[in-house]
Amino acid sequence: MPDMALLWQQARRSLAIARKDVRIYYSKGPVIIFGVFFPVFLFLSFTIGRHMTLDFMIPGLLGMILFFTATSISPIVVPWEAQARTLERLMSCPVRMETIILGDILASFVFGVGISLVTIVLGLFLGITVSSPVVFAVAVILAAFCFASLGNVFSIPPTNLPSTVNMIASVVKFPVVFISGIFIPLDQLPVWGQAIAYISPLTYFTDIARSSIQGQSHLPLVIDFLALLGFTALFLAVAMKLHQKTMPRRI
Amino acid sequence: MTAQELTQNFVIKVDGLTKRYGELVAVDQISFQVKQGELFGFLGPNGAGKTTTVRILTGVIKADEGTALIAGYPAGSLKAKQVAGVVPEMANAYPDLSGWNNLVLMAELYGIPGSEARRRGEKLLEEIGLFSRKDDPVRAYSKGMRQRLILCMALISDPQILFLDEPTTGLDVQSARLIKEMLQRLNASGKSIFLTTHDMDEANQLCDRVAIINRGKIVAIDAPEKLRMAMRGMHSVEVSFTNTVSPEVLAQLPGVNTVRRSGDKYHLYTDVPGDLVVSLVNYTSLAGLKIVSLNILAPSLEDAFVALTEKEAKDA
Repeated sequence: MPDMALLWQQARRSLAIARKDVRIYYSKGPVIIFGVFFPVFLFLSFTIGRHMTLDFMIPGLLGMILFFTATSISPIVVPWEAQARTLERLMSCPVRMETIILGDILASFVFGVGISLVTIVLGLFLGITVSSPVVFAVAVILAAFCFASLGNVFSIPPTNLPSTVNMIASVVKFPVVFISGIFIPLDQLPVWGQAIAYISPLTYFTDIARSSIQGQSHLPLVIDFLALLGFTALFLAVAMKLHQKTMPRRI
Repeated sequence: MTAQELTQNFVIKVDGLTKRYGELVAVDQISFQVKQGELFGFLGPNGAGKTTTVRILTGVIKADEGTALIAGYPAGSLKAKQVAGVVPEMANAYPDLSGWNNLVLMAELYGIPGSEARRRGEKLLEEIGLFSRKDDPVRAYSKGMRQRLILCMALISDPQILFLDEPTTGLDVQSARLIKEMLQRLNASGKSIFLTTHDMDEANQLCDRVAIINRGKIVAIDAPEKLRMAMRGMHSVEVSFTNTVSPEVLAQLPGVNTVRRSGDKYHLYTDVPGDLVVSLVNYTSLAGLKIVSLNILAPSLEDAFVALTEKEAKDA
């Protein structure tokens, strides 16, 4: 039986850590560049001049924005704090390692959802319609949490250089974007391409977004949601387990 | 006294603590206790294991062997962390946040209610001379101001025990003095303090007891005064003459162990300082010299520290 008072106490402290991250990291250069400018310009460079409908473009753009924004803060917080020599103080506070990690993930999650809302509003303004808003909203929330957790996994190697972590993250993030049905619909990929696409969590969010906006999905929505849940659980478990080992090596 | 009462009287109980980094044994089977209300100094040269010990006690890293209890709770547990305030070595406050927001963050992480945190925060900042700068971002603070803020951050939870790892290293005189005065006040009000320092004067002025650690092992634990007085052969007579005198000649005087020259003064180390003064006076009148100054010096804590760590190194 979990100690509910302890869980509540640690949840509140996670929120305090997330608020601290929001205040400090939302305005950091790498977050703005890698989280906002990069996906927008990358998307524009692949779509301008190609004949794509708005219904096809918006789910892809939203998927990219959500993926890049939600993975922009959680990888850099821990190395940044180690470099700024604030990490040891944080680790000596009465908070569990899971509390620290969850706080960092929450800050990244809120950033991802917030910036994605701008894209959604822009899409609605341009005339797209969302057929099932509740399903779509749940998907955005779940995917943002999943991607923020993945971002935290990138910061596991015990380097104190945010630029190194960003490099590690980029090595994973760019291939993921190209295999997740953003620029090429999954149905048009060869079988081996589809097999690769299934190992990307972004594939499942893009599929739900296409279902909500274009009215057609490659996989049943239940599968998409289960896959996102499974990836979230996996990334959380890996982050919490491995940070226990690497975090003390940063100080 | 029951075992529980005994445990309660010690805010820190360390038994056989060991930490290895590969082949290197950073902390080697150390054991000590710190009493409730005591200001305990932890001295040692660079790389002796001081910071590793503090990090184990504050729950930042785990020991490989041994046990450490903080106010009766295992070091590293949430309860042990809750009763401790920490000023880590070379730590920083969040430079992008204001001093006040740093304090509020710490209060939230220790579960201090908002109104109580505000009351304590204002009082602490007033006391340490930072109240007028509380809304400035920490990046605009000087090093001394930052360190004073970090001390306030450690105190916002009103901890039962305070851990400070070299809190005055590299600070300006005013900030160092403010911190030392605050530590004395806190200790006088009953707070237990665990202080690591390089500064022998600081340890001598502040600490009730000190432990000297070298190469991961504790080589002595006692009151600073007792450690100084226990240094046989470390008493010295400091003397200067109107003329230059060969140290070899002074070394021939009865009772002199060694002679060290510093500037225009000679330090004659001896077990019998009173007898040596008589010999010196006799010698100067025979040699036609005049004494400019003469002082009998007890060994400093620094002398004791150097002697103990050098002895330990030779034994190793």
